[in-house]
Amino acid sequence: MDNGMEEAGNIMPAAVQESKAAYDIIKERFGSAVSEFDANPTMPFFEVVDTSKWVDIALFMRDDSRLKFNYMACLSGVDYPEQNQLGIVCNLESIGHHTHRIAVKVKCQRDGGSIPSVSCVWHTANWHEREAYDMYGMTFDGHPDHRRILCPEDWTGYPLRKDYQVQETYHGIKVPY
Amino acid sequence: MQELGKAELNSTRIIRQNDNRVVIEKDLDTEYMVLSMGPQHPSTHGVLRLECITDGEVVVEAEPYLGYLHRCFEKYCEKVDYPGIVPYTDRMDYLAGMNTELAYCIAVEKLLDVEIPRRVEFIRVIVSELNRIASHLVAIGTYGIDLGAFTPFLFCFRDREHILNLLEWISGARMLYNYIWIGGLSYDVPADFKKRVAEFVTYFRPKALELQKLLTENEIFVKRTKGVGIMPAEVAINYAWSGPMLRGSGVKWDLRRNDPYSVYPELDFEVPVPDGRFSDIGDSLSRHLVRAWEMDESLKIIEQCLDKMPEVEGFNSRSAIPKKIRPKAGEVYGRAENPRGEVGFYIVSDGKSTKPLRCKARSSCFVNLSAMKDLSKGQLIPDLVAIIGSIDIVLGEVDR
Repeated sequence: MDNGMEEAGNIMPAAVQESKAAYDIIKERFGSAVSEFDANPTMPFFEVVDTSKWVDIALFMRDDSRLKFNYMACLSGVDYPEQNQLGIVCNLESIGHHTHRIAVKVKCQRDGGSIPSVSCVWHTANWHEREAYDMYGMTFDGHPDHRRILCPEDWTGYPLRKDYQVQETYHGIKVPY
Repeated sequence: MQELGKAELNSTRIIRQNDNRVVIEKDLDTEYMVLSMGPQHPSTHGVLRLECITDGEVVVEAEPYLGYLHRCFEKYCEKVDYPGIVPYTDRMDYLAGMNTELAYCIAVEKLLDVEIPRRVEFIRVIVSELNRIASHLVAIGTYGIDLGAFTPFLFCFRDREHILNLLEWISGARMLYNYIWIGGLSYDVPADFKKRVAEFVTYFRPKALELQKLLTENEIFVKRTKGVGIMPAEVAINYAWSGPMLRGSGVKWDLRRNDPYSVYPELDFEVPVPDGRFSDIGDSLSRHLVRAWEMDESLKIIEQCLDKMPEVEGFNSRSAIPKKIRPKAGEVYGRAENPRGEVGFYIVSDGKSTKPLRCKARSSCFVNLSAMKDLSKGQLIPDLVAIIGSIDIVLGEVDR
C-alpha cells in the first residue's frame, strides 16, 4: 500500500523488472497522468492520477506493440476509507505477445465519484465494472450497460463499503440475521 | 446452404450457410418474443436466468441475469481470518473445491513467504488434479444430457464417485473439503493413498477412452456441437476467457505452464489445444474436446506425482503453517488453473490484522459467462443450450 519498496532498485525480481520496463513506456507517453511505479514484489502497479486519461492509457496499453496488454485478468473494486476514496485495481497481462504483467489502480472520490469505463477496451471489464458498481457504488462513465449485477436491482446501499449498514427489511423480509 | 424453416405466409426464411452461420432473410416482419430461460431450467446448470429475445426459433439477444446464489463471499472474507476463508472458497466452485482452495492458499502464501514442504506440494497437485478430473466428468456428463445423451452422464458419475471416495477418505468430505490449508494440509494422506490412487488411474484410463467413444465419436453429438458458438481467439482473449474455453479457441494458455506454481514446472504434461481436425477451432465441440483431453493429461500428472512424492517418516502436514497467520502489509493477485479457467484472488493486507482488508475472487465462470450475449446472437434456441453447456458454468462460482 505504501511505497516502501521503491528504494529496492536494482534487486527487483525479474518479473518486476519486466513490469517496470512496461511502465516506463507508459510513463514516457503519458507523463504526469500516471503516478510513480510501485515495485511491490507480489503485485507491481502504478496509479492513473489523471482519471480522464484512463481510457487513452488503456487503449495504448492494449494496442502498442511493445505492451500488448490484451488480457485483463481481474478488475477489483476497493474502498479506501482513510483517503475518502474508492478505486479499482486492474490486473493486466499479455497473452501470446509478451510475458510482462502489471496492475493499474484508478481512484475516484467516495461520494458520487466516477471512473471512465474501459469496457470498450477489454470486453471483460463490462461485468467486472458492473460488479464494482454493485458493491462499491462508483459509477463508470460510458459503460454500455450500467446496472447492478449480483444484488437485486432495488437493493439499497453498497455492500462492500467499509461503512455499509445492511437494510432492515427487503420487500417485507427481515434482512440481518 | 440449407434451408431450416419458413415462417408463416412464407415471408421469412432461416438459412444455415455453409460456414454454419444461421441467417434470417431480410425485410421480414415477425414479432419478437421474450422467452425467459431459467432460473429453474435443466440446461442452465443452476439458477441462471437467460432473458432471450427470440425471432421465431432464432435468438436475437440473450441477456444473462445472475445473482440468485449470491452470498457476498467477499464481505465474509473481511469478517473472518485468513484460514477461516478456506471453507468459503470451497463453496464457490463446489465441483472443484481443491483447486479453488489451492488458488487461495497460493495467494496468501505469496504474502507470507512460507516454505512449503515438498510432500505437501505433491499431495496438493494430486488432489487438485483428481478434482479436475471429477469436475470435467460432471462437465462432460451434463453436457451430454443437455444434448440428449443420457448414458454418458451415468458413466461419468460412476467414475466420479471413485474420485469423491478418495477425496472423502483423505479429507472427510465429499465436495467441500477444507483440506488445503495456508502453508500446509489439514492432514497427511492415509497410508494406502498412493496405492489406491494408482489403482484409480489404471481403472480410469480405459473408461476415459470409452467416454470418448460414447460422446466425442458420436455422430449426433458432433452434429449438435460442431460449428456452434464459435469464438475467435482474439475475442476470447479480450473477454479474458481462460481454461478450456480459451484453449478451445486455439490459444495455448495454461497457468500451470504460463504462470507456474507449486511443482508443475517439474512435471511433464501437454497443454491440449484443438488443431481443427475434429472440430472448427473455437466452437463448442473444441471446448468439449479440450476437457476430454485434459483428463488424460491430469492422469499423467497424477502418475508422475505418485512417483516423485517423497515419503517422509512421521510427516506432519501442518509443520509449515504459521502459528498466527498475519501477512505483511501489501497486496497480491494469486491464481491457479481451475478446471473452468483462471481462479484468482486479489488480497490486500494491512500487516496488522489477521483478516484481509479486501479479498476479491476472480471467478472463471463469471468471466466466461460474460461473453454469453455475444455468443448467443443469431443462434437457434437448441444451439443456445449447446453453448451454455459448453461454457460449463458453476453458478456457485459465478455468483459467489
